[in-house]
Amino acid sequence: MSGHAAAPLGKDLLGLEPLTSEQITLILDTAEPFKEISERVIKKVPTLRGATIVNLFFEASTRTRISFEFAEKRLSADTVNVASTGSSVQKGETLVDTARNLEAMRIDMVVIRHGASGAAQFLADRIESNVINAGDGMHEHPTQGLLDLLTLRDHFKRIAGIKVCIVGDVLHSRVARSNIWGLKKLGAHVAVCGPRSLLPNAIDELDVEVFERIEDAIDWADALNILRLQLERMQAGYIPSLREYNRVFGVSRERLERASRDVLILHPGPMNRGVEIDSDVADGPFSVILDQVTNGVAVRMAVLYLLSGGKPELAEAAKGGGSR
Amino acid sequence: MSRALLLRGGRIVDPSQRLDVIGDVYIANEKIESLGEAVDVGSRDDVDVIDCAGRVVSPGFIDVHCHLREPGREDVETIATGARAAAAGGFTAVCAMPNTDPVTDNQAAVGFIIRQAARAGASRVYPIGAISLGQRGESLAEFGEMVGAGAVAVSDDGKPVASAHLMRTALEYARTFGIPVADHCEEPTLAVGGAMNEGIVSARLGLKGVPNEAEEIMAIRDILLARRTGGHVHLCHMSTRGSVELIRWGKERGVNVTAEVCPHHLSLTEESVEGYDTNAKMNPPLRSAADVEALQQSVRDGTIDVIATDHAPHHYDEKEREFADAPNGIVGLETAFAVNVTWLVARGVIDVAMLVEKMSCAPARIFRLPGGTLRRGTVADVTVFDPDADWTVDPARFRSKGRNTPYAGQRLNGRVHLTAVDGRVIYRLEE
Ligand SMILES: [Zn+2]
Ligand SMILES: [Zn+2]
Repeated sequence: MSGHAAAPLGKDLLGLEPLTSEQITLILDTAEPFKEISERVIKKVPTLRGATIVNLFFEASTRTRISFEFAEKRLSADTVNVASTGSSVQKGETLVDTARNLEAMRIDMVVIRHGASGAAQFLADRIESNVINAGDGMHEHPTQGLLDLLTLRDHFKRIAGIKVCIVGDVLHSRVARSNIWGLKKLGAHVAVCGPRSLLPNAIDELDVEVFERIEDAIDWADALNILRLQLERMQAGYIPSLREYNRVFGVSRERLERASRDVLILHPGPMNRGVEIDSDVADGPFSVILDQVTNGVAVRMAVLYLLSGGKPELAEAAKGGGSR
Repeated sequence: MSRALLLRGGRIVDPSQRLDVIGDVYIANEKIESLGEAVDVGSRDDVDVIDCAGRVVSPGFIDVHCHLREPGREDVETIATGARAAAAGGFTAVCAMPNTDPVTDNQAAVGFIIRQAARAGASRVYPIGAISLGQRGESLAEFGEMVGAGAVAVSDDGKPVASAHLMRTALEYARTFGIPVADHCEEPTLAVGGAMNEGIVSARLGLKGVPNEAEEIMAIRDILLARRTGGHVHLCHMSTRGSVELIRWGKERGVNVTAEVCPHHLSLTEESVEGYDTNAKMNPPLRSAADVEALQQSVRDGTIDVIATDHAPHHYDEKEREFADAPNGIVGLETAFAVNVTWLVARGVIDVAMLVEKMSCAPARIFRLPGGTLRRGTVADVTVFDPDADWTVDPARFRSKGRNTPYAGQRLNGRVHLTAVDGRVIYRLEE
């Protein structure tokens, strides 16, 4: 079967904001059968055999890159990794040049991670290949949002109606934005909690609840998605110290135990143990942090499969054979 | 000796004389010879007669704020291409900001601009000198020498004057020469890293925002310093509703403060940034609908004196990049008039006479320049336009080397038909 015709997601995955709830649900449903492949002895199916995928990482991210690579390899795609941590710009190559080169090389798909908001869209507007946003600046990180949704759905068996609070540096977080869009579209209640200096001034206009005290957030929430605190926020003057951040906003076992109910714990990683999250929480009974990693591969396989033109109803069959 | 020019049968709109009549404008010896009454030139062949029926004849537009990029970036714009773009936009004169490379911070640099402009033979170009040497914000440039060479104002535009002490000194010192100190109001620590307006759109797009207060803090600082010193502060490209209130506060107290607003801040909102369109990236950034509304009203009620373009050409590939890294600014000389007609006149915010006041009379008065009037005996700088004609913006046809405009492909009302400097036609629309 050949590809790009009636792709149910369109050409690219740039964020969760532009997707409908049906499209998001479709990706999650498609990810379900792909989970099982990772349990096999031979973790490989021929679904994307012959497809060339470039992983274009302008910003270091071992986790996301490896997760995409696993997803691509398990679908038998040919992959090329380009890691340039911003240095190609220093060498004078612009994103436009990169786009032109990719176009000339007839690549099928591009996974891009970039420090600038809008970089994925910039590329998608200029090349015919499918573009997957693996994180652009402070904008979106849609596959992270999707794997968070999948993890929550696995646990609660639904998204609609659950209460999720995103904790920490929402202002600078692409993970937070993708989560807010995804959760709201699927009917969850969304809140944020963190120092006001790390929340967007206009957060109220996004129609999410704001908690100033972590205790209140824990009391309210079914799940906490705890964001990584970039250590440089202290130097930039957004918070006084990591120590104080931990005292005021850190998620500790004591705080969780005082709550009236069990609260599921998510974290996109990598964690600063003892800053935004204490070790006994990260490794505790309500943590699904490792499930997130597993789900990350399945969600990315689903996205690759659907963008390449794979039919949703054939996802189950795609586990065994080629649908490309 | 230039030929005489007869602009016949137009609607003469000259707010400097509260004049709005149908009649002839006769120009000879580079001066306005007669105004209003019918002129019969018989069969004389030393007079060019242009039929202006159905069109408006007004004093030539004057732009008090543009960037012509020469010296230093002649690939982007030169004084000659900028002056021709100005002529095509109905401007008989423009003031060139000093943030060139090298910076226009001495009399030789001022003289260079004047010579290049004379050679171009299009619109008049008045140099604005830097406030500080190299625009480094440390020590004052030689205002007296620069004014002697032809500078009409001082500004460190492109950069704010971060030091309140330097601003105070500049306002005091500029009084000696009777020139305005034009400031780019931006509190640098609040604006650092900002790429667009701070608000819901920046929150969604993940772009660092610049809050309205970054502009307003500097606007009130400048107003207070003008009150203290008695100097004339001219606030560039105001963009927020709060700034309007602060200017009104200053004017009510008799402070010598004037202010300008740009056509893009009167017509576009932060929503234009959706899709990371770098042609909507400018400094100050496009603001909210409430800000646009307040700015429009401030033009109408006189709080804002002048509409200026902040014409800022960039090479296309400099704009063709990640939003946060793209340079600020858009070209404006060739669209300013029509944008103003479309968003202000056609919607009834102001009338044609008020637009001429904001684009011609007030700029001449505030910067103490020739023109801005059609009084008998004054320089014959004239613009002829049709406020009702519409046209589609095609950047490929710009005289400017710059193509960076958010109005590309838009249909606008208001078309310039003719621009004359010293009675010499420097632009005429091909029909
Ligand atoms: Zn400026
Ligand atoms: Zn400027």
